[in-house]
Amino acid sequence: MKFSDEFEQRFSEMIGHYPTKRSVLVPTLLYAQDEVGFLSDEVVREIAGRLDLTELEVRNVISYYSLLTTKPRGKYNVQVCTNIACMLRGAEELFTHCKKKLGIGHKGTTPDGIFTLEEVECIGACSWAPAIQVNYVFHENLTPEKLNDVLDQYKSKGIQ
Amino acid sequence: MADLVSHPDEVKVVSKRFGQGATNLDRYLELDGYKAVQKALAMQPDAIINEVKNSGLRGRGGAGFSTGMKWSFVPKQSAKPKYVLCNGDESEPGTCKDRLIFEHDPHSVIEGVMIAALAVGAQTGYIYIRGEYRYLSIIMQKAIKDAYARGFIGKNVFGSGRDLDIFWHGGAGAYEVGEESALMESLEGKRGIPRIRPPFPAVVGLWGGPTVINNAETLASVPPIILGGAEWYANLGTPKNGGTRLFCLSGNLAKPGVYELPMGYNLKEMIYGVGGGIPNGRALKAVVPGGSSTPVLLPEEIDIPMDFDSVGKAGSMLGSGGVVVLDDTTCIVKFALRTIKFYQHESCGWCIPCREGTDWLKKTLTRFHAGGGLKKDIDNIQYLSENMLGRTFCPLGDAAAMPTIAFVKKFRKEFEDHLEGKPCAFEKEGAVVEQLPVLAH
Repeated sequence: MKFSDEFEQRFSEMIGHYPTKRSVLVPTLLYAQDEVGFLSDEVVREIAGRLDLTELEVRNVISYYSLLTTKPRGKYNVQVCTNIACMLRGAEELFTHCKKKLGIGHKGTTPDGIFTLEEVECIGACSWAPAIQVNYVFHENLTPEKLNDVLDQYKSKGIQ
Repeated sequence: MADLVSHPDEVKVVSKRFGQGATNLDRYLELDGYKAVQKALAMQPDAIINEVKNSGLRGRGGAGFSTGMKWSFVPKQSAKPKYVLCNGDESEPGTCKDRLIFEHDPHSVIEGVMIAALAVGAQTGYIYIRGEYRYLSIIMQKAIKDAYARGFIGKNVFGSGRDLDIFWHGGAGAYEVGEESALMESLEGKRGIPRIRPPFPAVVGLWGGPTVINNAETLASVPPIILGGAEWYANLGTPKNGGTRLFCLSGNLAKPGVYELPMGYNLKEMIYGVGGGIPNGRALKAVVPGGSSTPVLLPEEIDIPMDFDSVGKAGSMLGSGGVVVLDDTTCIVKFALRTIKFYQHESCGWCIPCREGTDWLKKTLTRFHAGGGLKKDIDNIQYLSENMLGRTFCPLGDAAAMPTIAFVKKFRKEFEDHLEGKPCAFEKEGAVVEQLPVLAH
């Protein structure tokens, strides 16, 4: 299977950073997922082959990490933190608002494939709560109104 | 990009380059960058360790162990390569400080790793950053690349004849990986399951070699200690608690933010002065002083210095520096439930007391908060938590049990108010309270 040149360059560079090949596994899986959208059977087979691991060994690692997924997701993964610091500043209302606006629940994907919604644990934005991450981008100090704008912007980007 | 705040009581040591453009290597050099490591290159390893020991620097990840002492445990001679591992897996709820260091001053972490490597005789360092912090990984990768390009790391650093490699490593979402032995497993490409100790990482760590593991803020504190001296740094704080610390103020505060204050700064002053007090005319109900795993403090318990020993004496812990403030509209049962939900989600499942304990607690508290609590549950919550304490291979079990015990002990009345079908008095009318599916417990 084919990854981007950037992926390949990073992979060949990183593999020289460790005494064992499998050490590159966790970050490599995440970068592969970013390109393909999810960790497909093909991706698992490819990475297992490169690192002299069995597919099962790779799947064992995938199932441990919450950012890694073997199921396709929407173009934008909206991750709403509802942990304590965000909860105290209205995260639950934000999450409910997201569910209503997008018409999906936790780990659901909109029919147009633009959004996936996820309730997540602490993302390290406690002093700027409540906060969400859309893919890797932080949106902080949110209110339902501000959140509407954020989602609308992604929506119009997603349609293009 | 996270907003910066400031307050006149701040003493900026680790945060002195925040907002100064120090991600740029030339700017970092203008601001005394890479001077400390050049000074350290001229020092004997033992002298570096002693300087850090005498500075009173204690682990900023949460455990508060003496950094210099930790370094001194690494054997001088080793058949296997030695390593330095920077823990940037910041995930403890309430904690968002390492994020700012990586964002504003990545080279200070690199420099800290270098000095640690010189002190223990390591030739390789890794900077592990949690997967969610992608923009920080990009900043760090560039900083490392820039430092290599100038010959600050790599072969013959600063013409000293010594080789020193530093690499970035990324996670993919797991609180547990912030525990030192799980961190090493993750870096080796495995599930983040803790290792049995002893042997401790200082003796048997990454790939079997002696390994020093320090939090990012701890390592970023090292260059200023080498430049300013142990005595200067120690005197910024309280006895045995040297220096300053990045405190992450969050929750029901008028001015939340990350503030660098001297160790031993008064907690009450931190909340009402620095943090601007409780907004909307509400009153203070409780404070979680050092991240979600630390036992809650009542308003009458917060007139204390924020250092490891004083907060310990007050029955809690300074932890990771995450000060979470709760106003009087907060339901403690719900807060306890959200806390335990987190630990249940993050438990790796290896140790039975943690795996089963967090799940039972979550189920009991869910039922409790929905109004289905029984009187015996209150004692059961306490009993379950106490049976988790000290019975797991890593501190995640303790991290779940300690706050839960404190919530029940200090807010028993509020738990009693939820008994036998009574609706939660804090929930707004019409709010959907999560119910347990039938047969779930």
